[in-house]
This record gives sequence, C-alpha cells and structure tokens, in this order.
Amino acid sequence: MKVLVPVKRVIDAYVSIRVKSDGSGVDTDNVKMSLNPFCEIALEEAIRLKEAGVATEVVLVSVGAADIETVMRSGLAMGADRAIRVDADNDIEPLAIAKILKHVVETEDAGLVITGKQSIDGDNNQTGQMLSALLGWSQATFASEVVIEGSSAKVTREVDGGLETIAIPMPAVVTTDLRLNEPRYPTLPNIMKAKKKPLDVVALSDTGVDATKRQTIINVSPPESRSAGVIVGSVAELVDKLRNEAKVI
Amino acid sequence: MTTLVIANHDNAELHASTLNTVTAATQVGGDVHILVAGSGAAAVATQAAQVDGVAKVLHADADQYKDGVSIEVANLVVSLAGDYSHIMAGSTTSGKDMLPRVAALIDSSQISDIMAVDSADTFKRPIYAGNAIATVQSSDATKVLTVRPTGFDAAGVGGSAELAIIEGPAADGTTSVVGRELTVSERPDLGAADVVVSGGRGVGSAENFKIIEGLADKLGAAVGASRAAVDAGYMPNDYQVGQTGKVVAPNLYVAVGISGAIQHLAGMKDSKVIVAINKDEEAPIFQVADYGLVADLFEAVPELVEAL
Ligand SMILES: Cc1cc2nc3c(=O)[nH]c(=O)nc-3n(C[C@H](O)[C@H](O)[C@H](O)COP(=O)(O)OP(=O)(O)OC[C@H]3O[C@@H](n4cnc5c(N)ncnc54)[C@H](O)[C@@H]3O)c2cc1C
Ligand SMILES: Cc1cc2nc3c(=O)[nH]c(=O)nc-3n(C[C@H](O)[C@H](O)[C@H](O)COP(=O)(O)OP(=O)(O)OC[C@H]3O[C@@H](n4cnc5c(N)ncnc54)[C@H](O)[C@@H]3O)c2cc1C
Repeated sequence: MKVLVPVKRVIDAYVSIRVKSDGSGVDTDNVKMSLNPFCEIALEEAIRLKEAGVATEVVLVSVGAADIETVMRSGLAMGADRAIRVDADNDIEPLAIAKILKHVVETEDAGLVITGKQSIDGDNNQTGQMLSALLGWSQATFASEVVIEGSSAKVTREVDGGLETIAIPMPAVVTTDLRLNEPRYPTLPNIMKAKKKPLDVVALSDTGVDATKRQTIINVSPPESRSAGVIVGSVAELVDKLRNEAKVI
Repeated sequence: MTTLVIANHDNAELHASTLNTVTAATQVGGDVHILVAGSGAAAVATQAAQVDGVAKVLHADADQYKDGVSIEVANLVVSLAGDYSHIMAGSTTSGKDMLPRVAALIDSSQISDIMAVDSADTFKRPIYAGNAIATVQSSDATKVLTVRPTGFDAAGVGGSAELAIIEGPAADGTTSVVGRELTVSERPDLGAADVVVSGGRGVGSAENFKIIEGLADKLGAAVGASRAAVDAGYMPNDYQVGQTGKVVAPNLYVAVGISGAIQHLAGMKDSKVIVAINKDEEAPIFQVADYGLVADLFEAVPELVEAL
C-alpha cells in the first residue's frame, strides 16, 4: 500500500507574526519557514507504517511554488521515499488543494492519505475532509491512534468530549492530531541522502484543476491588543481586586 | 436568503455552541433554519424550535445519525443544500469534521471559524493562531461557514419555530463508532463556562491537578489545561485550551503554571478578565494578564482556595 502525505510549508510555530501595515497580509520576508507541525506528525505516522511493513512507499506531496522545496527536502530527510510538488501559487484555497490532491492520489494509485488536521497559518482545518469527500473514501479526522488491519482500520479520534474510536473500510483519508506520535528529527546522513531523493514537479495544468479563487481577502489586520495589567503582591490583594475591582467573583 | 444551521447535540440535549451559531446566522439576515440529525433526538428538535430567531426546524431521525458520523450527516446536508444561501455549523470537533465535506460536495470554498459577520458575503476570521484577523469575501453561491462560538453571544430561548420531519438519503453505512472514552464531569462545559481555571506543565503531575480542580470547584469553574499538561498525561485531550484545542472566552480565566505561549494565548486571550499565577515573573502570560501573581502555585493556590 502506497501512502500519500500532503505537506505544507508554514511560518515556524515559534516565530512572532507581523501583520503588514498596508493590511495585505502577514510579513513572510526573512522569516523562518518550517513544515507544518501536523504534517510532520502525518509523515511520521506514514514512515512508521512503512517500518511496520504495512505501507510499501511513502510519497510526500505539496502544492506550491518552488520556494517550498526546502521544507519538502526536510520531509524527505525524515524518511519519505520521494516527493511531488504541484507547481502553483502558495495561496490557493483548500478546496482547490483538495481537488489537486485527488488528482495526485489517483495517478499514484495510493491506498491511504494522511494529512495534518490543520495548518498553523491558515488554520482552515478543511483539506483532508474535502479530499475524503471528493474521493468517496473513508474519513478519520483528528487521529490519536491509527491501527490498520488489512482492508479496514480503527482510528481513535480526539473529539470535544474526549476520545472516540471508529472502524472504517480502507482506502481512507486520516488527519492527524497532536497526540498521534512524536515526529523524529532527521539525522545528518538522512539529510544528505534526501538531497538525492526524487522530487518531481507537476504543472497545475496537468492536474486539470481550476484553482481560481472563490474568496478575496479584503484586509488582514492585527487583533485587538490586550494590555498587561498589574502584578499583585499577595493572594489577599488578588481576591480583593477580583471582588471589588473586576467584580468577577 | 435562508441560513441552515446544523445543530450540535448528543441526541438528548442541544449543545450550547448551536445557540452562538444561530446568532451568527441571524446577523447574516434572512430566515434561519436548524437541522437536527439524530436518532431518538425528538427532545433536541423541541429545544431547537425554542431558540429565538429560528423559523423552522428540520428533524431527521434515523439510525445512521445516532453517532453523528460525518459522512452520514454531510450527505443529508448536501441533499438540502439547494434551498439555502448559507450553511453554518459551530467550530466544534463535529462541525469541523463534517462541514468541509459538504463544501467539497457542493463545490463551495468554506470559510472556517468566522468570528464576525460583516455582511452576507463578508466575514472575519482569525489566522496564524489569532495573531492576525482576515476579512474574507466569498463569491460562492452557497456560503459554507464554521462559526467560532466565542465570537457570538448565545441566542435566547422562548421562540416556537415550525417543526418539520424530514427524510435523508440512504445510509452510507461504512463508518461505525466502536468505542468512546468521554470525560464525565459535574463541572460546567469548558467551551461555555463563565469561569475557567487552567493548569500547565508547572502543575507537575496528574495527582497535583487536584489543586487546580479544588480551585475550580470553589469558583464553580470548568477546568482547562495547556498542551504541555495534556501531552504529559496530566489531563485528557479535551481539556486543551489553545490554537489547536478549545477556544474559550469566559468572564474569568485563571492560568496556573502556564507560561503563555502564543498557541495557548490563541485559545483564551478574549477572556474578559485574566489572572496568571506563575513563579517566573518573566513568563509571557503576564503580558496578557489583568492580574498577575508571581508565586509558587503550591502555596498560592491553596491560600486562594482558603481566601475565597
Ligand atoms: C498572502 C496569502 C494570501 C492568501 N489568500 C487566501 C485566500 O484568499 N483564501 C484562502 O482560502 N486562502 C488564502 N491563503 C492560503 C491559506 O493561508 C492556506 O494556505 C490555504 O487556504 C490552505 O489552507 P490551510 O493550509 O489552512 O488548510 P488546512 O485544511 O488547515 O490544512 C490541513 C492539511 O492539508 C494539507 N495541505 C494544506 N495545504 C497544502 C498544500 N498547499 N499542499 C499540500 N498539502 C496541503 C496538509 O496536510 C495540512 O496539514 C493565502 C495565503 C497567503 C500566504
Ligand atoms: C502545532 C502546535 C500547536 C500547539 N497548540 C497548543 C494549544 O492548542 N494549546 C497550548 O496550550 N499549547 C499549544 N502548543 C504548545 C505551546 O507552544 C507551548 O509549548 C505550551 O503551551 C506550553 O505549556 P505550559 O505553559 O504548560 O508549559 P511551559 O511553557 O513549560 O510553562 C510552564 C510554566 O509553569 C511555571 N511554573 C513551574 N513551576 C511552577 C510553580 N511551582 N508555581 C508557579 N509556576 C510554575 C513556569 O515558570 C512556566 O512559566 C502548540 C504547539 C505547536 C507547535
């Protein structure tokens, strides 16, 4: 079974975001970029499935411009066998990404897709579910445990009330939550090896997908800021402030 | 213009997030309908019919809707979509799981987690863990939207909408729920609580979380946790507050032994009053706290419980 892992490049989780003063977006110049953390978890899961003999090949796919290849190489260094970049703008919508991924799944004849549950920039939490619906495959989102048993799978999901386990037939689209695994760090020899692994580029036109935007970002602005309050000297002072100043207890 | 709101419920009770979603729907203008897809969920349909501003409740009752399996619910919503200009669900795990399927199947580009309605086609949503707010305009004929519950007040109850029984498409039947480990708690629901007390890595162990729970009980609060506390196994996953957990906006949020990483702040910085208890005066949580107490939590929290 071939596993396809769609990955996305994002501004690193520990960088502080600066909104551009003209309201057009977020400043990405000279900012550290990384693989989306949920995509790293997806990739780790796929690699473990291969190590366990369940998967035969792990193929990484990303939709975007040439500048995303650096983070794709770090995915190859983690242990993906090869990579495909669908050449497109970096700002297309999840629906178009899902359509493009559907095309790749079909041409690759994959049997499982593992995506992140959300990317930490767009925070959309859509792509995996859309792909599952378009393919007509099973869907298991927010996974914290995945057990594949031949033609079916059991997936434990992190839901609002706690945990839920579902049984689904394969093929499936799984999206990862934080507790699924702890992604490995690439070793130096693997980083060297990754430079030689195949990274094919596919033109957007070859996928037959119309990626025209349906949405316009009118403005991007900083959130309302919250100013720091006061440091209280004692528990008694805290209780007094909460009772008599803030009036919340 | 008519908006269809997908009810979130457990076949017995309408979840509070549905009331916030109805308010978002009302702000769009036009009529508001609620869909209750469940099994033996007549009580939920009755509650939905009492929500203010709702003109009609569509109630589909069938086995296939018992566990809220997203494929089944999405297929039902798709069968109704032609009648609606907007389709909304709360940004709960079930809404997030289900609604993008609907969007894909009707070929509409979803807008996730809206926190304000500017007009019938323009919405505000947080991106980058709430460090930026995007105003997004949709050109799709049917707008598909998930709604951040803390962005909208809860709709009142007291109305009496028309109740229609409907039939959905044939069951897909491929997915079954085979196990659930749900948190049972007497405390208020984290997403809707008036007061939240959260503990972080500083609490140190699952056993020590009793200190946090003691304070929560004194305040009638829900308990939350940072990702680090959940990852370490101190608390279950559904307690996580933050960018990738739950978003809360209570009247009072007390952060104990939490440093205040941006991913945590994303889930609580819209709280009305924030209190931080941390032994490190440099901890970033103090930059958003209205009242900060630099102290060892193992001394300060018991003292606080005593003083309340
Ligand atoms: C300047 C700028 C403007 C933008 N304008 C818009 C806009 O107007 N409307 C809009 O919707 N978006 C816009 N975006 C893009 C948006 O931020 C997201 O990148 C995009 O919509 C995908 O959403 P997401 O990554 O949040 O998806 P999610 O659904 O949160 O992603 C979940 C998972 O899907 C997979 N995935 C997501 N993206 C890719 C990809 N490119 N390749 C492979 N796998 C992927 C990954 O596994 C990921 O973990 C803009 C981005 C920029 C930088
Ligand atoms: C993709 C991604 C998603 C994430 N999503 C989330 C999310 O949704 N929610 C979330 O919370 N985090 C999230 N994080 C993690 C986040 O970056 C931080 O790592 C996390 O919030 C830290 O938790 P903490 O504050 O409990 O731990 P720490 O940062 O370790 O802080 C512990 C604090 O406790 C204090 N302390 C220790 N002992 C005591 C004592 N005895 N008395 C008083 N104070 C004490 C310390 O001074 C310190 O400030 C995410 C990270 C990533 C990469």
